[in-house]
Amino acid sequence: MLKDITIGQYLPGASVAHRMDPRVKLVLTIAYVALLFTARNAWALGISAAMLFFLYPLSRVPGRMILKSLKPVVPIILFTAILNMMFHDGLVLFQLWIIKITDKGVIMAVFMVVRIICLIAGTSLLTYTTSPISLTNGMEQLFAPLNKIGVPVHEISMMMTIALRFIPTLIEETDKIMSAQKARGADLESGGLIQRIHALTPILIPLFVSAFTRAIELALAMECRCYNGGKGRTHLHRLRLSMPDLYGAVFAILFAACVICANIVFPGLL
Amino acid sequence: MGIIRTENLSHSYGAAFKQSAIDCVNIDIEKGGFVGVIGHTGSGKSTLVQHFNGLLKPGSGKVFINGEDMWAKPKEIRKYRFQVGLVFQYPEYQLFEETVYKDIAFGPKNMGLSKEEIESRVYAAAKIVGIGEKHMKASPFELSGGQKRRVAIAGVLAMDPEVLILDEPTAGLDPRGRDMILDEIAKYHEEKKNTVLLVSHSMEDVAKYCKKVLVMNKAQAFMYGDVKEVFKKAPELLKMGLSVPQITSICMELKKRGYDISPDTYTVDSAKEQLLRLLGACKSGDTIC
Repeated sequence: MLKDITIGQYLPGASVAHRMDPRVKLVLTIAYVALLFTARNAWALGISAAMLFFLYPLSRVPGRMILKSLKPVVPIILFTAILNMMFHDGLVLFQLWIIKITDKGVIMAVFMVVRIICLIAGTSLLTYTTSPISLTNGMEQLFAPLNKIGVPVHEISMMMTIALRFIPTLIEETDKIMSAQKARGADLESGGLIQRIHALTPILIPLFVSAFTRAIELALAMECRCYNGGKGRTHLHRLRLSMPDLYGAVFAILFAACVICANIVFPGLL
Repeated sequence: MGIIRTENLSHSYGAAFKQSAIDCVNIDIEKGGFVGVIGHTGSGKSTLVQHFNGLLKPGSGKVFINGEDMWAKPKEIRKYRFQVGLVFQYPEYQLFEETVYKDIAFGPKNMGLSKEEIESRVYAAAKIVGIGEKHMKASPFELSGGQKRRVAIAGVLAMDPEVLILDEPTAGLDPRGRDMILDEIAKYHEEKKNTVLLVSHSMEDVAKYCKKVLVMNKAQAFMYGDVKEVFKKAPELLKMGLSVPQITSICMELKKRGYDISPDTYTVDSAKEQLLRLLGACKSGDTIC
């Protein structure tokens, strides 16, 4: 039931990718996304896709996890593919009324699909190999300069950490409340849309009440331990760059160079 | 044939976990009983009782309520939720209405009863748990912890179930609140002659209120019998990490040291009588007693 939902899809491990600094991984992931969108032809995109076939085994993440992360975006992929097929000029392959499918359209559609798949698979790799805590930690340090212009970076990252921490707790709580209301004859499974929304009240109200109670208790517990925000706060585990980060960076630069070269050398689409 | 009967009832959570939460449980609970359900944390007590009102579907095996196979018509499973009322642990977390009255009325309303019927049931249920009329218009969130718990219990009582199951109804309450709630439930049982199942960690409470005991151990029904019979097996209970009422341990120890006292004493009253008799025998005429 609700317990099957996995948010924070971290898969613990000790591969090179797991050992990399979250900051470096974040930057590299962003760079990868940027490269995906600069890749203009089949070669460049092919190299980008091929890299995933190298990175997934390297980080010991099972390949089927790609499928798992792709599942929710299948409608978006299909939608963009169909749109792309129809709105490009070129040699008409097939025509029905005002719908024209051109050769260029098909190629662009394939490119877009590959791009989205790489985008999802690539960014998922980040969350598969980085625990949510170290991810927020990395973000905090990465965005620390924003502090100077008044962005409460530490507070934001603390909020994210707490939110992530409480997702499983709240799911469990929801499960319990649902059972309790069902035991009182609440009907959650039948009826029209309005009725179903109405049927959620007995679940949402207790859930909010307990979330607020928890928040107040947690705030109190944090205050009791003299938490006063990010000022002067240091980390137990300081992020340090190490050899895997160097490998990663070098690899990323080589890879980026390949993609850019491919873009320049092959001017056509294929 | 009892009111609740299970036939090779098994259940495991998720396909990934091979370990069963309950494994091949066969029990038959007779109508009108007051049954204590004891067992170590994780022994399957809560899972078992959630099968009795159809919240959980058996992995395999069957559950019969009044001789009817509960899952014969899965669409009509809600019917059993009204027949078998289940009060969860910390039931006060389920309160959601604006007023105490409305919250207690939630169950009866779901049953589709008439307005008058709902009203009379709400007041009757509130009376059983000692919630006065002055609280009826109050918000349930303004009440004290113990009062919230009573309102939540009343919410289930108002459905007037044939079987009432309480999953650790006194967890987290102070001793006085605990005794009050249990006394109210005992009185309810006495008056209504309904079947009551009390899941509890407290052997004292089980000994004091229940007539029969179901012992769950490692996902299986280890034993089901009269309180006296069950507590006789103290060594086995201790081995599975359970205990016997404190007074029983004292009597067992006294027996071991050669005093003439029954080792299967499980209430303070009976122990008091026997001890007085013993004291009387050795110091007859003394007014110490």
